[in-house]
Amino acid sequence: MEENNLQNKEAHNKKMKAYWRENLRYLLILLVIWFLVSFGAGILFAPSLDSIRLGGFKLGFWFAQQGSIYAFVVLVFAYVWLMNRLDKKYGLDK
Amino acid sequence: MMNYLFAGLPLLSVQSWTYILVGLTFSLYIFIAIWSRASSTKDFYVAGGGVSPLTNGAATAADWMSAASFISMAGLISFMGYDGGVYLMGWTGGYVLLALTIAPYLRKFGKFTVPDFIGDRYYSGTARLVAVLAAIIVSFTYVAGQMRGVGVVFSRFLETSIEWGVVIGMLIVFFYAVLGGMKGITYTQVAQYCVLIFAFMVPAIFIAIQMTGTPIPQLGFGGTLEDGTFLLDKLDSLHRDLGFHEYTSGKKSMIDVFAITCALMVGTAGLPHVIVRFFTVPDVRSARLSGGYALILIAILYTTAPAISAFARTNLLQTVYNEETKEHVEYKAMPDWFKQWEETGLVAWSDKNNDGRIQYVAGPAIKGKTPVFAEDNGANGERLVTNPDESSKNELYIDRDIIVLANPEIAGLPNWVIALVAAGGLAAALSTAAGLLLVISTSIAHDLLKMQLMPDISEKGELLAARISAAFAVVVAGYFGINPPGFVAAVVALAFGLAAASFFPAIILGIFYKRMNKEGAIAGMVIGLGLMLFYMLNYKFNMFGPTTADDWWFGISPEGFGTVAMVVNFVVSIVICQFTPAPPLEVQQIVEEIRIPSGASEAQDH
Repeated sequence: MEENNLQNKEAHNKKMKAYWRENLRYLLILLVIWFLVSFGAGILFAPSLDSIRLGGFKLGFWFAQQGSIYAFVVLVFAYVWLMNRLDKKYGLDK
Repeated sequence: MMNYLFAGLPLLSVQSWTYILVGLTFSLYIFIAIWSRASSTKDFYVAGGGVSPLTNGAATAADWMSAASFISMAGLISFMGYDGGVYLMGWTGGYVLLALTIAPYLRKFGKFTVPDFIGDRYYSGTARLVAVLAAIIVSFTYVAGQMRGVGVVFSRFLETSIEWGVVIGMLIVFFYAVLGGMKGITYTQVAQYCVLIFAFMVPAIFIAIQMTGTPIPQLGFGGTLEDGTFLLDKLDSLHRDLGFHEYTSGKKSMIDVFAITCALMVGTAGLPHVIVRFFTVPDVRSARLSGGYALILIAILYTTAPAISAFARTNLLQTVYNEETKEHVEYKAMPDWFKQWEETGLVAWSDKNNDGRIQYVAGPAIKGKTPVFAEDNGANGERLVTNPDESSKNELYIDRDIIVLANPEIAGLPNWVIALVAAGGLAAALSTAAGLLLVISTSIAHDLLKMQLMPDISEKGELLAARISAAFAVVVAGYFGINPPGFVAAVVALAFGLAAASFFPAIILGIFYKRMNKEGAIAGMVIGLGLMLFYMLNYKFNMFGPTTADDWWFGISPEGFGTVAMVVNFVVSIVICQFTPAPPLEVQQIVEEIRIPSGASEAQDH
């Protein structure tokens, strides 16, 4: 019985490690996008993007003052959705 | 042209409307405060812990959007053009960091405050104390600015003195923060969000319709004016004509824009009054979701603000400069709002070349920060300015706060819309002030008294202590609101740098790096905070002798230096951690547990 308990615990720990790894992978992907839409398109590449027009906007300017914010909202909800799905997969949604 | 707005509404003066709207909203806040009194410390600190995600989202949004967001931000951007994007990206992008990397884990940790987390995670009273100090410094600098904002709105719209405005604001906050604690604050903040967003959007929508023919400001921003040119193209060409830097491209160096944006983002994610809001929801799932709701509600204002900036800038330039004839407009031809705001000192004109026309071009109009007026009037009836800067041709001084406060008047909107702006500005200032006061009172009653000095204090005693320290904090904040030290405005912007340099790395490493120990974290916080303070005092306030922008390290301004201090904090923490013992097992256990949203103890149950 003691041994059984230990095995259970080990299996559980393994599962939680896997959960954490997947969580980190999601975070990494989302934060790369977060960086690209703000620091990337809105700052570092803004001068070159400005030669492209989006209606009345220069594209780099649009990212800095509008686009990045829309992307942020999408990112946070993507995170909510991904994490809820992940919790379900590992039975952590109760 | 706006006659249809008057249908059914009595024709009252701006002041009467302001009294009505401010009176109504204040009664609403007081009503909510009485209805949601706190009866336990859990109510007082985290509103009982059962707030729904949407409610918390709205409360967080109001908590977060301060007098600066409401009154000053659109004006700042209006004068900065592209560079103003640092505030937009910084203050919303920080939310992504907060929602993804901090909020869910601290919610799982499940205590009351940020110093709670730092103290437990780093198993150290010293670490807790450093965190308490940082929380109090950050919150006090920030709250003084809010009380000042309340005073300014009162004095402008209700013609009271700034002092009385601050006192009235103090009484209101005192009432619901001391009585209701976090519970009272949460529900008043929801009401305040509704008031402030309505007040912000109504004028924006009307101006968008007037200027670009679309009711959606975000679209009008990229839309065309009556003559068919794009708004932003028109603005760029006006700027070129008058010798200003082009509106849609930056004046700051790229590295500085990068650093300021980063410091604001990271600082946002480390602000204790925002983090603590996530302790009020029932579970990790709700914490994630309420982060999403908060960001949407914030994004409504933050995507509208830059549109207002561009509308107002175009309006302003077209008022003082005739693009077709390339002529500067005469002072005598200025509309009423111009002269009214001149009375308040937020607009000033000195006719340097004595032609009676307003030359508004690049360059400083006055010496020093604000205009000093003489008693008598000039040849054109203007208020004479005693400190014009004769080295520049620019004759016009405009305070940036005018952009939001005067926008409805400039656009000729009806009186009730103008009054609405006053009610909205007050809602923004009061909601943020209340959130900050709560952090201060919790820091004193919970982190200092209960956890450090008097561990045996009873629940009732702690609640009383929390109320007394909230009252104390209100009085101190009010004092600084009435007698602002000259550096308040500057320090508010730097509060983010301080939060970035101290809290952020300690929290992130505490969650994502299990090996992180107390030696590393404390050294990181102390060195990060110290470096930031040194840079601020040296390059912002010139305490150690005069400095110029050329002396900045890597060309980074004090506003952006939080980024460097944060990186230093991370490096110091990690290096010191390698040479000192790993944290005890039970602390590593805490880290394991906060990473799992629920059911963490499953295995032990068998």
